Amino acid sequence: MDNAITPRGPKPRRRLSRANIMLYGTLIVVAMYYALPLYVMVVTSLKGMPEIRLGNVFSPPVEITFQPWVKAWSEACTGINCDGLSRGFWNSVQILIPSVFLSIVIASINGYALANWRFKGADVFFTILILGAFIPYQVMLYPIVIILREMGLYGSLWGLVLVHTVFGMPILTLLFRNYFTAIPEELFKAARVDGAGFWGIYFRIMLPMSLPIFVVAMILQVTGIWNDFLFGVIYTRPEIYPMTVQLNNIVNSVQGVKEYNVNMAATLLTGLVPLIIYFASGKLFVRGIAAGAVKG
Amino acid sequence: MSAPSKTDSAKRPVRLLRNLNAKIASIPMVATALVVFIGCTTWTVVHSFTSSKLLPKLDFVGWEQYDRLWGTRRWLVSIENLAWYGVCSMVLTLLIGFILAALLDRKVRFENTFRTILLYPFALSFIVTGLVWQWILNPDFGVQQVVRDWGWESFTFDPLYNPDIVIFGILIAGIWQGSGLIMVIMLAGLRGIDEDIWKAARVDGIPTWKTYVVVIIPMMRPVFVTALVLIASGIVKVYDLVVAQTSGGPGIASEVPAKYVYDKMFASQNLAQGFAASTMMLVSVIIILIPWAYLEFGGKKRG
Amino acid sequence: MKTFANLLGSAALLGASMAHAGELEVTHWWTSGGEAAAVAEFAKAFDATGNTWVDGAIAGSGGTARPIIISRILGGDPMGATQLNHGRQAEELVEAGLMLDLTELADAEGWRDIVQPTSLLDSCTLDGKIYCVPVNIHSWQWIWLSHKAYADAGVDVPTNWDEFVAAAPALEAAGKIPLAMGQQPWQSNGAFGVMAIAIAGIDAWSKVTIEKDAEAAAGPEYAKVFQAAADARAFSANSKVQDWNQATNMVITGQAGGQIMGDWAQGEFQIAEQVAGVDYTCLPGLGVNEIISTGGDAFYFPKNDDPAVTEAQLKLASVMLSKEVQVAFNLKKGSLPVRGDIDLAAANDCMQKGLEILASGAILPDGNQTLSPDTQGQIEDLMVEFWNDPSYSAADAQAAYAAIIADAD
Repeated sequence: MDNAITPRGPKPRRRLSRANIMLYGTLIVVAMYYALPLYVMVVTSLKGMPEIRLGNVFSPPVEITFQPWVKAWSEACTGINCDGLSRGFWNSVQILIPSVFLSIVIASINGYALANWRFKGADVFFTILILGAFIPYQVMLYPIVIILREMGLYGSLWGLVLVHTVFGMPILTLLFRNYFTAIPEELFKAARVDGAGFWGIYFRIMLPMSLPIFVVAMILQVTGIWNDFLFGVIYTRPEIYPMTVQLNNIVNSVQGVKEYNVNMAATLLTGLVPLIIYFASGKLFVRGIAAGAVKG
Repeated sequence: MSAPSKTDSAKRPVRLLRNLNAKIASIPMVATALVVFIGCTTWTVVHSFTSSKLLPKLDFVGWEQYDRLWGTRRWLVSIENLAWYGVCSMVLTLLIGFILAALLDRKVRFENTFRTILLYPFALSFIVTGLVWQWILNPDFGVQQVVRDWGWESFTFDPLYNPDIVIFGILIAGIWQGSGLIMVIMLAGLRGIDEDIWKAARVDGIPTWKTYVVVIIPMMRPVFVTALVLIASGIVKVYDLVVAQTSGGPGIASEVPAKYVYDKMFASQNLAQGFAASTMMLVSVIIILIPWAYLEFGGKKRG
Repeated sequence: MKTFANLLGSAALLGASMAHAGELEVTHWWTSGGEAAAVAEFAKAFDATGNTWVDGAIAGSGGTARPIIISRILGGDPMGATQLNHGRQAEELVEAGLMLDLTELADAEGWRDIVQPTSLLDSCTLDGKIYCVPVNIHSWQWIWLSHKAYADAGVDVPTNWDEFVAAAPALEAAGKIPLAMGQQPWQSNGAFGVMAIAIAGIDAWSKVTIEKDAEAAAGPEYAKVFQAAADARAFSANSKVQDWNQATNMVITGQAGGQIMGDWAQGEFQIAEQVAGVDYTCLPGLGVNEIISTGGDAFYFPKNDDPAVTEAQLKLASVMLSKEVQVAFNLKKGSLPVRGDIDLAAANDCMQKGLEILASGAILPDGNQTLSPDTQGQIEDLMVEFWNDPSYSAADAQAAYAAIIADAD
């Protein structure tokens, strides 16, 4: 699978051919389009309010100020608590870690069972699961409240972890199933001959080969769970409200002057965790996707 | 009837136990499918035939909610918007994702940098995406103003304030956010294609673009399937992006079904109306997807 | 309904085990500067009684907060108290027996005598029992006019709607927007409501909004309202802002002639250091009918099995209505107090005008109190479409409006 990351396209011939100029030109223009909003966010978050009212969104700050960042992190008010995003940061971490862990463990085992240990009816459940990915979340809010209450989990951290696990399951299971299907069957058969069972093969053969797909699953889940607002606010109590609740309060306050610079700083601060994970995992992500999405 | 069926029934107890571990391991999936997706959906459908307002209750009123739903202009506009958004988003995201992947696949220098830039929007939530783009598209200090400052005084670009094209203003942001992931998936797909195929195509003198269309794309069918599931499930649920960018405006020009569902359920306190709308969404999804999903995931044996 | 009652039964048990005595979690959506400062007055006064206010602020509006409130109640973990617009919105929760009955406290403290106007308390009352505490009065019936805009256009500041209409061409000629409007549905609906009372008159308005008389809604008085709204739509065609305070800002800076908006707008003028009568004018009832509607906010207290929590809930209810807290809270919030027996000397001109009208008894219930949220939602959908689509004729809109009123419950 290592060679899966080298380019396979037709080789461009000369360094400065017209095709090459076109190629890099297009890529640079496209990259600028994609980078523009991030640039706008960063630039705006470093300006003072008077400057924002006067200039356009693209002009660089004349006078750089970090005050919006300080305010977003530790001073912006949510109701009567004025301690900014810092209030929800650790809550978000607390929600994130078990949710990502549990959802990935369960989805990987599901995918493994579906790929290598197919039993009658498995496909039916899998199809239902995929269809579930298309149901708007809002519809299921209330019935899930009832389910969680019956389980005695409503209002607790674990209730929320369970909800994230359930809603992450369709796409993750699809990815794991495809990935495990692509692992050469000979490996699996050989292990069977050696007498390894369901769990033996999972832990000794499948897991060690699956780092890339775990990275993909982790990225998808970190992004989804970290950015979630709705579930975090509905299924928990104020003590464990995630960071997005403060972000919502900073950004959506209906009255008073809109502090765009603080909004942008808060936005960037909230997006920092998924962004860092993206930038850090770079190549592994493509490798994982290559293996998880491609074969199937 | 005949011998095979006899052996089948003799084997049955054994078959139940066979694969026992796999079945135990699948309990979470089965439970999710049955309890959450089937269970909650049934609950929703049943309640869509009631007159539930603020609290769910079971006083049935027949098709009343559906009659009202289809007599509501806002719902009809929502459906139309979703259709436009859905088709455009599907086609453009796939197209842009594929083209970018193909470009990056040509032994480009700084591939990592380009890829990261194209992908990072996916790390940002829709709320954030909507806010930023609302800002860039704002006629008073966004793109329009900048171009006017350059001297083109009559330049007009205010998609979020023009009811006829507002849905495309939302599309710009949606594609910006989602196409990076599709690009990576496509890129991964391209990397999975054997180099010999390119060599063979070159030897035969087939032009590059034709190789892509005739040879490469058909080979990447599973990639397109994964990409489609990801894009389509996002389209049906598009909500946050609209709320952050336009709140459905101007007027009701950028309303979408998921927003109708949410507004009716919680702002208007008419749960049953929201449930009826979501049931209609579900029905359309099922009509489109069941045959395809069955063929894709149920029909053939693998592994 | 029976299954639901069972569910609630088990819910209450759970709730009891989770709540902490003396600590009261309060859900509200007051998150902006002035609002938060006002809430802090509640919290301060409540904490002074030896209890603890646990703040559960969620920005947005009722639409964001409501699923949270309902989920918490369904999930058996209700909050101690929650903000809701009084009137029809909470009716069902009260009917289902989910809210604490405050009648005993109200009788002991004589709420019937101190709450002014009493219609506020009526909105909290179901079958003779009181379930909520009204905390302030907000009225919609105001138009805010920019002196600068009219001076720039060389015309006098209008004193009523007709003059406003007459002056509009001069404003347009001077490059101003005659009427600033935010594009959110509640603003479109609110402005229409104000015009309905001013132009159709109180009788027609009451027939439509209180008695839900579809014929009156289709009648000639309302035809005038829709025609006026169509004019207003043309005046506001160039105001491309979303939030109401951005629209108010256009009036403050003189880019726009006026804005139809509730009394909360004066907070914006205050922050901008504008003086009523010098920099801006506020006309109640569009200068046609000097009357105000008495909407506002109220707090409800979900039932709880823990006697200690119930005690804290009653304490909070009492604190919210006390004289000192009413003064402190409403001055920060920019709203009128619900008690007639307190002195608001610190209030500014427009607020004083409102207090006078209130004292004269020229008051109406708010649309929230007479129409269900479902009907309100339908009207909002209609209004936001009407205001934003110039091709939507007044007659068509009126027909659609009458149909909604005919179906209203």
